[in-house]
Order: sequence, then C-alpha cells, then structure tokens
Amino acid sequence: MPLFSAYQRACPMNKMQKALRELGEMDDLAARQSPIHSLSPTAKLLTTIAYIAVVVSFGKYQLSGLIVMVLWPVLLFQISGIPVGLCFYKLRIVLPLVMAVGLFNPLFDRAPMLYLGSLPVSGGAFSMLTLMLKGVLCLMASFLLMATTPIDSLCASLRRLHVPGLLVTLLLLTYRYVGVMTEELAVMTDAYHLRAPGQRGIHVSAWGSFLGQLLLRSMDRAQELYGSMLLRGYHDHFHYALMKPFTVRDGAYAAGCIAAFLLLRLVPAARLLGSLFVR
Amino acid sequence: MHMADALLTPAVAATMYVASGAVAGMSIHQLKKDDDPRKLPTMAVSAALVFAGQMINYTIPGTGSSGHMCGGMLLSALLGPQAGFLSMIVILAIQSLFFADGGLMALGANVWNMAFYGCFVGYYLIWRPIMRGGTNKAGQRTRIIVSSILGCVLTLQLGAFSVVLETSLSGITDLPLGAFCALMQPIHLAIGLVEGLITAAVLVFVYDSRPELLREVGAASGEGRRSLKATIAILAAVVLVVGGGLSLLASSNPDGLEWALFGNAEAGYSENMGLDEENFGVSSAAADKAGSIQEATSFLPDYAFSGSDSAAGTSVSGIVGSAMVAGAAVLICLGGGFFRKKHAQ
Repeated sequence: MPLFSAYQRACPMNKMQKALRELGEMDDLAARQSPIHSLSPTAKLLTTIAYIAVVVSFGKYQLSGLIVMVLWPVLLFQISGIPVGLCFYKLRIVLPLVMAVGLFNPLFDRAPMLYLGSLPVSGGAFSMLTLMLKGVLCLMASFLLMATTPIDSLCASLRRLHVPGLLVTLLLLTYRYVGVMTEELAVMTDAYHLRAPGQRGIHVSAWGSFLGQLLLRSMDRAQELYGSMLLRGYHDHFHYALMKPFTVRDGAYAAGCIAAFLLLRLVPAARLLGSLFVR
Repeated sequence: MHMADALLTPAVAATMYVASGAVAGMSIHQLKKDDDPRKLPTMAVSAALVFAGQMINYTIPGTGSSGHMCGGMLLSALLGPQAGFLSMIVILAIQSLFFADGGLMALGANVWNMAFYGCFVGYYLIWRPIMRGGTNKAGQRTRIIVSSILGCVLTLQLGAFSVVLETSLSGITDLPLGAFCALMQPIHLAIGLVEGLITAAVLVFVYDSRPELLREVGAASGEGRRSLKATIAILAAVVLVVGGGLSLLASSNPDGLEWALFGNAEAGYSENMGLDEENFGVSSAAADKAGSIQEATSFLPDYAFSGSDSAAGTSVSGIVGSAMVAGAAVLICLGGGFFRKKHAQ
C-alpha cells in the first residue's frame, strides 16, 4: 500500500492514461441498453449530422432560436440514460478556441441590441453567447452519437453510406491500435518520469529515441498484424457481424427528427411561445 | 488548431468536406493502384502511434514549456503523402468523435488545415525536393532536420491562415481578418519551429536505425537533383513572397477581401475594382425573386441585424419563449430522473 501511494505521488495519471480512461468510458456507455442505443447507427449518424448543420446555420444573433435546439440533446440524454457529466468534461477542449474567437465580439460589436431594464446588451455579447451555445450543442450531439453507438456499428453504417472501405477499415484498425499504443506510451512515460523525477516533459536528449524506438517496434508489429489478419481470412475488407438493419422505426426516427429540426430552424418557436404570454 | 463546429457555417464546412473528400478519393485511388495490401496495417499502427505520440510533452530547453510533434510530416515521411493523408484523416476523426477535439462537421476543414498541408504540401514542396539532394549520410541528417523544420513551419502557417479564412468567411467573428492573422500566425510560427525540431529528432533517430523506412532517403537521381542550398534559397524566396504578401494584408487592409471588392470611402472606388457595395449585383425581376427565395431558405443568414426586429432573439417574447424552453428542458430532466428511479425500484 505505501509503495503504491509513493508510485502514485511520483506518477499522477498522465495524459495518456486519462485518454485511455475516456476511451474506456465511451466504450462502456456505448455498450449499454436503451431505446436510443437500439436504433440503427445510420439513423443516428444522419440525425446527428442534420442537427449539427441546423445548429450552426443559425445567425450570430439568433440566440432564442438556438435555445430551442437544446431540447433534442436533453431528451436524448434522458431517454438513453447517458450521464451529462462526461460530456461537459469534454468542453474543456472545445471551449477555449471558441471562446478565443468569440470573446472579441463584444469589443468590436458594441451597438446595444437589447435593454434588460436599463442595462444595454450589445450585439457582440449576443453573438458571443450564440457562438458558445453552438459549441456546446454540437458537442452534445457528437457525444450522444458516440455514447450510444459502438465503433464497429458506426463503421458498418459508414460502409452502408458508401464511405470507401479502405478508409473505414483504417478507422477501425486505428481505433483498436490507439488503445494499445496509448497504453504502451503511458507505461513508457511513467517509467521515464520515475527515472527523471521533477522533470516536466521529455528531455531534449531523448526527443528522438523516446518515440523513435516505439515507432521502430510498431513497424514490425504492423507486419505481424497483417500476417494475423491473413490467417483469420482477411481479404480486402472486414465483415461486420453487428450490422443492424435499417428498419421502418429507424426511418421514422430520422425523418421525424430532421423534420423537427428544419421546423425549429424556420419557425421562431421561442418567440411564438413567448408571444402567447407577452404582447 | 482543431476547429469546432461552431466556428463554421454549413456552406463553408461543406466546401471543405468536398475539397478534403476529393483529395481523399485521389489518395485511395492511388493506393489501390499501388496494390500493396501490407500497407493498411502499417498505416493503422502508424496512425495510432502518432495519435498517442501527440500526447507526449517534449521539454523545450530554457523555456519551461513543452511542445508536441507534427503528425502530418512524420506520417508522409514514413508512408508517403497519400497513405499519410488517409492516416491523418482517421486520427482527426477519432480525436473529434471520442475526445471532442474538433467537430464532426468541421472534420473536412480540419483535414484540409492539418492533413492536406502537412502531407501533400510538406511532402511535395519540401521533403521530396530536399531529400533527393544527395546520399551522403551526414548530409542526409542535415536534410532531414532542415526539411522537418521548414515543413512544419510552412504547413502550420498555411493551416493557421486557413483557420482564419474559414472562420472569417463563416462570419463567426467580428475580429478583422488582419487582426485575426496577426493573432494566429506568429503563435503558429513558434509552434511550427518547435514541432519541426521534435519531428526532426524522431526522423533522424529512424534514419540512423532503419533508413529504409523513410521515403525518398537515398533516392538521389541525376534528373531533378538539386543542391540543398539551391532548394533552401528557392523556399526562402517563396516564404518571403508569401509572408510579405500576408503581412501587407494584415497591416494595411484589415478586411482585405471586402476592400478588394468594394473599396472604402477614403480611397475611392476607382482605386480598386470599382464595385459599389450597396448596388452590387444585377437588378432584374429574376434576380429579385432568386434573392427572396435565398433569403427564405438561406443557411447563411443575413447578418445585417442591428436595428431590425425581424429576427427572433431580441424581442421580449423571444426571451420569455427561451425561458419557457429552458423550463421544458428542466422538466424533461426531472421527468427522466423520476422514471429512471421508478424503473430501478
């Protein structure tokens, strides 16, 4: 126990271990059961793309129109039982660039667009909030797709949509090897930091050899991998055992969702709803 | 440099998908023509390695900060531009799907900004001409270092400029094009230098251990052979012309594209293309009709919003409606929680 604690103090979870944990969490979520999980991946993929396209098509001041789009991911989170916490954890990656771009808007676009009592709200503030909300909504949509769809099923659906087989097989193989490589590098990084305590990264003297050695081993491993693929009967493309059929239910789901997105894009639903109560 | 979906409009995103898709199609065609089935697992393993390798922090001496390696240059030096490009596509797809690093809809733009420049421009304009210069071992090491640094700097500059252009064309930011460039380009110049050094270190290690793994190494031929100095001189001239052009755009014309088309009041329209912004275009019944249809269906809405109450978002009813939607969302959450709890019992 004390040894383990000392090891943990010396090596707090590194970037690669965190990435592995995230991959594992996504795999676990995708393996759950729910009405959303049981839908065809093709239907989910098409719906997600349509949702993102509609969300990003909103004008930079159309904040209230955009807010209505929140309902779809919220509904999906509830039906699928996917925890929203992990999704918001991923915001740390999306928001910095979006904020870096959006934060300048209030400085350049100062014309007041709305008064909240006596407090003027500038066009720049509106466009900044719209941009951030778009970032959050698009992230939620992609996250829900991957949290409810295993990668094998997604690849099968990409093949159904006529994405070239070479690219799909490459995606599947790379995904499988990402775990192996990341794990190997995580161990190497830990070992390096145990030998060089207090050092932040890889020292300049080891820049080439650190990754280079793994790279050389990986090239040999690729040939072994190809041999094992041939032994298992690989010939040009993979066969997908988990290809779910595209049923009427899937078609109805996709058509209904896409129609609803278009309707919400064309009709100012929030304003109409509000006008029932405020003149 | 990974762009999120929010930074692009559907039109720009679709254009970038078409451009990247065309290059991917050509790459797949080329690989099929090469007919080397062993390449697929090598591509997958290399892509996975680059994916993981980009998470390693390399200490930059004397600064206290760290950098990462450049995947595009490394992959194209190992696998060639076509296979490198396809491997970069899957890396970017996995980053976007599982780690939210770059959006699903912005994937086309990200592939163009990072994979196309890194693999094709870096390979054909820099790696291949420099590496074909000679076979001398010490000279080859210098060539690898020079081409890695130049390649990373150039491809990152092009990528950063594309990010600026794509975001500005999408009308997402009020930041003028020139100011945006001034913000992005210098940062990526420094990043490019560091990434170039790290990539060079890895490639030199591979060259020392297994030189046959690197493309174009030792492929010097009589025709098209150019000295390192001559290649560097040509590249320096290209960088000067491109860099000089960009800095002019950045310093004097904050919104260069608009200026070029419509001019400004001080300069007078005669000094540029002479187009009048207010009356730009052809006025006819068909054009007016097309305009009204476009306005109704446009995915690129008119941003001239100020002072108009036509769009939802500024009126009090819009706010009330939004609050009601938020309330509905909360109710869905509460309802979902209630049903799950009941189901669990």
